[in-house]
Amino acid sequence: MHDKTLTQLARALADGEVSSRELTQTLLGRIERLDGRLNSFISITHERALAGADAADALRAKGQAGPLTGLPLALKDIFCTNGVKTSCGSKMLDNFIAPYDACVVEKLKAAGTVSLGKTNMDEFAMGSSNENSHYGPVRNPWDLDAVPGGSSGGSAAAVAAGLVPAAMGTDTGGSIRQPAAFCGITGLKPTYGRVSRYGIIAYASSLDQAGPMARTAEDCALLLGAIAGHDLRDSTSVARGVPDYRAELGESLSGLKIGLPREYFGDGLAPEVEQAVRDAIKVYESLGASVHEVSLPHTHYAIPAYYVIAPAEASSNLSRFDGVRFGHRCDAPSDLIDLYKRSRDEGFGSEVKRRILIGTHTLSEGFFDAYYTQAQKVRRLIRQDFLDAFEEVDVLMGPASPTPAFDLGANKDPVSMYLQDIYTIAVNLAGIPGISVPAGFVGSRPVGLQILGPHFAESQLLNVAHQFQQATDWHQRRPALAEESA
Amino acid sequence: MMQWETVIGLEVHVQLATKSKIFSGASTAFGAEPNSQACAVDLGLPGVLPVLNEQAVAMAVKFGLGINAEIPEVSVFDRKNYFYPDLPKGYQTSQMYHPIVGAGEVEISLDDGATKRIRVHHAHLEEDAGKSLHEDFHGMTGIDLNRAGTPLLEIVSEPDMRSAKEAAAYLKAIHAIVTYLGISDGNMAEGSMRCDVNVSVRPKGQEAFGTRAEVKNVNSFRFVERAIAFEVERQIELLEDGGTVVQETRLYDPEADETRSMRTKEEANDYRYFPCPDLLPVVLDRAYVDHLRSTLPELPAEKRARFESQLGLSAYDASVLASSRAMAEYFEVVKDACGDAKHAANWVMGELSGALNRENLAIEQSPVAAEQLGGLVARVLDDTINGKAAKQVFQALWNGEGGGKANAADAIIEAKGLKQVTDSGAIEAMIDQVIADSPVQVAQYRDAEPDKRGKMIGYFVGQVMKASRGTANPQQVNALLKEKLDQA
Repeated sequence: MHDKTLTQLARALADGEVSSRELTQTLLGRIERLDGRLNSFISITHERALAGADAADALRAKGQAGPLTGLPLALKDIFCTNGVKTSCGSKMLDNFIAPYDACVVEKLKAAGTVSLGKTNMDEFAMGSSNENSHYGPVRNPWDLDAVPGGSSGGSAAAVAAGLVPAAMGTDTGGSIRQPAAFCGITGLKPTYGRVSRYGIIAYASSLDQAGPMARTAEDCALLLGAIAGHDLRDSTSVARGVPDYRAELGESLSGLKIGLPREYFGDGLAPEVEQAVRDAIKVYESLGASVHEVSLPHTHYAIPAYYVIAPAEASSNLSRFDGVRFGHRCDAPSDLIDLYKRSRDEGFGSEVKRRILIGTHTLSEGFFDAYYTQAQKVRRLIRQDFLDAFEEVDVLMGPASPTPAFDLGANKDPVSMYLQDIYTIAVNLAGIPGISVPAGFVGSRPVGLQILGPHFAESQLLNVAHQFQQATDWHQRRPALAEESA
Repeated sequence: MMQWETVIGLEVHVQLATKSKIFSGASTAFGAEPNSQACAVDLGLPGVLPVLNEQAVAMAVKFGLGINAEIPEVSVFDRKNYFYPDLPKGYQTSQMYHPIVGAGEVEISLDDGATKRIRVHHAHLEEDAGKSLHEDFHGMTGIDLNRAGTPLLEIVSEPDMRSAKEAAAYLKAIHAIVTYLGISDGNMAEGSMRCDVNVSVRPKGQEAFGTRAEVKNVNSFRFVERAIAFEVERQIELLEDGGTVVQETRLYDPEADETRSMRTKEEANDYRYFPCPDLLPVVLDRAYVDHLRSTLPELPAEKRARFESQLGLSAYDASVLASSRAMAEYFEVVKDACGDAKHAANWVMGELSGALNRENLAIEQSPVAAEQLGGLVARVLDDTINGKAAKQVFQALWNGEGGGKANAADAIIEAKGLKQVTDSGAIEAMIDQVIADSPVQVAQYRDAEPDKRGKMIGYFVGQVMKASRGTANPQQVNALLKEKLDQA
């Protein structure tokens, strides 16, 4: 059961081969046995999960089950979940029980899915390796010495290890796509505004977007249909109908124009990763697609622009964690300033502090124009690069990350860590959707192919990924750990 | 001795009368239990997002239209970042760079009836903070977030005022406009209007502004005048002693009637303003603005002008009657009911205002409805009652007599038999009786020189009026008495 896709499990539930309770129990058992080695969960909501599974089974017995009823999954610990600890990977929120459900959580509950727990993550979604968690690093199921990627590292590892068939992540600069690539799963970052941000603890509000992480593009399509849509509580969510994302999954790719951005195949790209990506492109050519070289000339400004805009927004978003109303409060503060200083000093980890300091600095009087205003101009240019490219081609393809998963502790220097996100970050700045699909290995470590499309072209993107998965079996490979039963 | 000129600019914070908060659905009602009107958004819980209240936008635009301001097509919310316990998110959502209302102007009227135009630099929307409570917590501080997220319109004037009186007149004009528009209850005691005052002085004739101090917490018309008076005196004294004014924020303490330094420019926060990424720019299309324009009521300045030109009222009367929407509406009902603007104005500003002031009531709380007062004035104008009886009728209306309907005055006149007697036969009979009853006074009158008689006739008039229980027409009584007494 544990190595089946969400779509397969949905069928098994519908056919009565298995009940949601059996499925849930099996997976909870696997989490108990295997997650000690991975550390992919922060909270396991055992009882709630079983109650949810029973409710789903009862619904099915009454003939009222929908396509997602009874399917187990996990939520990144950034989604507020009513009555459940929602830590965002931070000591600051170790004591925070959310009093309400995020929109995504609400929708998944309404669809009848069963959440098994909350997955580990880089603190406040700041990181590319999941080493910045207050709850310790997550390990990559393919190689326990490797990182799973970040910031949705717990979600990626849990899916890869067969602890859950799918998990929800968020992506601000690659936080779904890069861990999906590192863990050999499929991860979709939707268009900015496609999924409501209500109830997602904000890192960088103009970039954050939630999306599904699963084994296949088909599973991602199933989940995206459940979580997408306009939400009046999020002014940046877009009032636009939600199509059936599985409807286009059978379309032929004959005539598809694929653009390869010159800038995504340059210095710093590991040759084995490049080889895997080029092999994947050949598969697409065999499916009838044509390949064109394109240019995204402002690509190399993406990381500097991101590291101005995201920390600026973060420095403001994280001001509410002040020890006054919720979250960590220092012992016996001597006065207000002491309360602020010590609560925040003790509650935040070093990467979070670094980004708050960067953001505070770039927004300061005398620096604002040179940094923030300039970065916003760069952001518009980067967005225009993509719009221009999509005048010529249907989708863009390239590596999701310049290297496969690196060793835990290997990237000590923050800037070298930031450079990991070179292929993913511009996508958030432009607001377009992107998906990472498994496309090979370097040794034991997976490689991800990233596919990008125009705003709101998720249906097409999912089909392009799906056709690749019909022609290849990279997405069916499982790490040895996932096959262990004991 | 050097002559000094005072330069004043005001930042007026007006609480908008929306039912719910500017970015959440929580109620804005005043006086509820602490923290009972603060939802997840107001508390700044992790993950919550603001949603702009369209009503607040409409109210701000109406204000802009009311002061003939530019209404930019696009306005943007910014975050003003600072830490304070009653500021839940660690930032205030405000509009720093692209306010919803651009430059406009407000006409103020001064005591001598003259008017002056004060330019408004801009007005922007923002959210209010909560309140820190320092009492009853044994050395700790309590936080009440009921007020957090209440919509405010901050109206920033140019430094166009030159005296405390002008500043107070400006504040009154703003108060009149927002209450006319119905966008605020204007209740200063409950904090619906608060004011920060920028004050500087300069030698008369000098063009450059002096260094200003910003005085916060000036929350009544009276305090504005007093805070400015104190501050002007402080600054002049400082300068005349050879000192300099430092740019700083000062707090007005109404009990001590003084301003005190809060922080200097060097200690000022760097608020790190940047556009709020959770809110889209507000885009106002022309049709929407035009629609709002079509809903605007007549505003104080127009009303004042119309009262003068069309109704023939004096500048002073027009300005008093137009000073509040309630007053103006009351007056117009009285005027329409009696058909005479001058008499209506005299009654509203005289008898009615006097009675309201004695009882410390606002015109909205008047026990005499405008229709009733109009009915009363009409009866004076058509000679049904005389002036003396009218005062009696007013008192009866004030006491709630007459059945409470629009025609209450008629009912009172009827019940009390106050109808003026104009039947000369009836009056003559009363006069004859009085003459017969007062032989001594009649003899004195008739012995007196003709130029003394004018005074002496008062006695007889009084007696006849008494006999008629005040209902006789005094002019008629006078004339008939004269005739009869002078006959012999």
